[in-house]
Amino acid sequence: MVLFGYRVPMMASLIVWCVIWEIVGRAGLLFLIPPLSSVLVAALALVQTGTWQAAALITLHSFVIGMGLAIVVGITLGVLMGRFKAVDELFGIWVNIFVSAPLSALVPVLMILFGIGETTVIVTVFLFAVWIIVLDTRAGIQHVPNSLIEMGRSYGATTFALYSKIVLLAALPEILAGIRLGLVRGVKGVVIGQLLVSIIGYGELFELYSRSFDMENFWALTIILFAAAMLMSAAIEHVEKKVDYYAGVR
Amino acid sequence: MLPAAAVNTAYPAAETVVEVRGICKRYNEVEALRLIDLDFPRGKLTTLLGPSGCGKTTLLKIIAGLIDATSGEVRVNGKTVTGPGPERAFVFQDFALMPWATVMRNVAFGLELQGMGKAERQSIARNYIAEVGLTGFEDKYPHELSGGMRQRVGLARAFAVNAEVLLLDEPFSAVDEQNRRKFQEDLLRLVDKENKTFIFVTHSIEEAVYVSDRIVLLSRRPGRVSQIIEPKIDRTASPDAIRRDQGYLDTVEEIWQGLKHYVD
Amino acid sequence: MAPSQVDGPVRAVHAPAAARPGFGRALGRYPALWRVASLALFFLAWEIAGRVPISYAFPTFSATFAALASMLFDGSLFVAYAETLQPLIIGVAISGVIGVGLGIVMGLSRSAEWLVAPLFIVLQAAPMAALIPLITFVYGIGLVAKTLAVIMLALPVIVLNGYKAVRNANPSLVAMCRSFQGTKLQQIAKIIIPDASPVIFAGLRLGLAAGFIGVILAELLITPTGIGDLITYHRSVANYAEMYAAVVSIILVSTLTLAALESFEMRVLRPEKRRG
Repeated sequence: MVLFGYRVPMMASLIVWCVIWEIVGRAGLLFLIPPLSSVLVAALALVQTGTWQAAALITLHSFVIGMGLAIVVGITLGVLMGRFKAVDELFGIWVNIFVSAPLSALVPVLMILFGIGETTVIVTVFLFAVWIIVLDTRAGIQHVPNSLIEMGRSYGATTFALYSKIVLLAALPEILAGIRLGLVRGVKGVVIGQLLVSIIGYGELFELYSRSFDMENFWALTIILFAAAMLMSAAIEHVEKKVDYYAGVR
Repeated sequence: MLPAAAVNTAYPAAETVVEVRGICKRYNEVEALRLIDLDFPRGKLTTLLGPSGCGKTTLLKIIAGLIDATSGEVRVNGKTVTGPGPERAFVFQDFALMPWATVMRNVAFGLELQGMGKAERQSIARNYIAEVGLTGFEDKYPHELSGGMRQRVGLARAFAVNAEVLLLDEPFSAVDEQNRRKFQEDLLRLVDKENKTFIFVTHSIEEAVYVSDRIVLLSRRPGRVSQIIEPKIDRTASPDAIRRDQGYLDTVEEIWQGLKHYVD
Repeated sequence: MAPSQVDGPVRAVHAPAAARPGFGRALGRYPALWRVASLALFFLAWEIAGRVPISYAFPTFSATFAALASMLFDGSLFVAYAETLQPLIIGVAISGVIGVGLGIVMGLSRSAEWLVAPLFIVLQAAPMAALIPLITFVYGIGLVAKTLAVIMLALPVIVLNGYKAVRNANPSLVAMCRSFQGTKLQQIAKIIIPDASPVIFAGLRLGLAAGFIGVILAELLITPTGIGDLITYHRSVANYAEMYAAVVSIILVSTLTLAALESFEMRVLRPEKRRG
């Protein structure tokens, strides 16, 4: 995009939207949308309160544990499915069903099984994130050229070395992509989980602010959350770009 | 230096269909073509030959009007080229067939874009489908055809619009070796039969010498006209005999010697 | 080292460690057998877990399916879906029309892309669920609010798929059209749109999946109606078999619909890419 002769990067248009937000907010068109500036001010104040910090900590805690489990289980299952047809046939249907099913429908079930608390949220995060990680890992493993594996075996690699030095590295671009998508889904999972459970963390705060019509804090919370999600996604994308150079020549 | 078989002739105006004058092409910092001056004689097959990166496809696309030159001019029948036109038809290296359309629709596509009625364009298309030997495949889709057959669809499409000048961009490079030889023989037959001008791009020396009346050698980037050669070959002989003709073999060897030092 | 299976697909380079001689061949010949076996195993595990029981609130597989059957036959399932599907269909239809239109415009115009694409990229990555409770304050708890929830979740994915499809239309085909003096309009109508159709359709399919999520969330967060109501009601009176049955029905409906769409996509739109 060229503006006044200067190349402007894509994300710069977000600035335009922020300006629009500010204008709409100041005009007072919808009481639901306060000016961006007051939201940002509220955000700064919010971050320093104990309430927010406690909520963020719980949210982060559930998120990290859930994601960690999803990554470990997801990559393992993905590798097994990619390498062994028996495993693939056994788990294939379920992965394909759950990767696009409305998993939020499962949360009430989880609430009964795991109680109304953090465990449910962790399981929700896990379930939201794991399927796409499995699928992408499996795809990555399947794209590893047979010749690379035969090369490893012909030079006498042990199974462990084969996987750690060749297979996982060769599949890394897809695995990272899967983790990035899993992260995005995991954030949705932690939010939905907490909203439905509604007595802890961010979910609780969202409920609080929306019920009392405290729009500045509501949007402040939202922006912080969205920004965190985008930053994580961008961080993984950065790592992905670093390994992308060999994706084309596998 | 190439021996006396190399000839650089300028043609009288009436016999020249395409005139290229002072064409330069620059992409940002990279100079692809520098000061190309060429004449393409009517009714003959002229080949642009050269190593990778010499700009032969770029020059072909400039003549076709698909790319704009940085400076210089191309005239077809005296009129300056500003874009694609009905007197020129292009045959693509990757065939450029619409995968969702049948062979019939693909061949008739040029006529469809001109607004010709369905019955009329289909009958013309049918004729050229037969010409390239694909009768019976009118209702097939590209994915049901082999690579060689797909390129024949591309050729039929270009013939169907009855353009004066046919521009072929390495049309046989995506086809296997046996089919490639067959195509070269078919091309000779078609050149003989149709009274059209052909401009052909290839990086294969043998192919160039086999089919061309005239070969323009382009040097490595920035592309410049390095030599023009007119192979003296008896093309009335059988296809296989041509490949053993002494004139053919000598010309190939001479061009190869000239181009050898361009290989990395 | 066991020889790699000749009958299986190339991707399984290692023979499974516990492979018996006829195993691989049976695998290759009857993939459907494996899917049935997988389902059967899952249901068996569920049945056992329910009988143990792992929780007082965990009904067995048989109890759940009995409940599902009874809800199917007494019509309560149909009534529930009739209500749930309304905001879903309306929402996805609106998202489809606006989304595809917007996607095409963005694919053809660099300025439109620059302005709008980042917005939808953010919206797609963001947990839109957080905004759903907000809708109720302006739009109440009725059909409008739920339709809006569906649109919020479905629109970004439809727009992004549509715009990428148009922008990545095969440049060779566009050049071919230009070479035969196709006008810009002809290029768009005869080449770009047909070339982009499969991905646009895939975007619609993904939009529907997102819409399902939206409508379920709306029913659980805003106010229960339709199938969400069945879930919350049965939970409140501890009819766990019925509750689980309702959840299973959602998974079933969404999976079958999306699978049908995908199969349509493969057969009609992309016959050349049919999975062998």
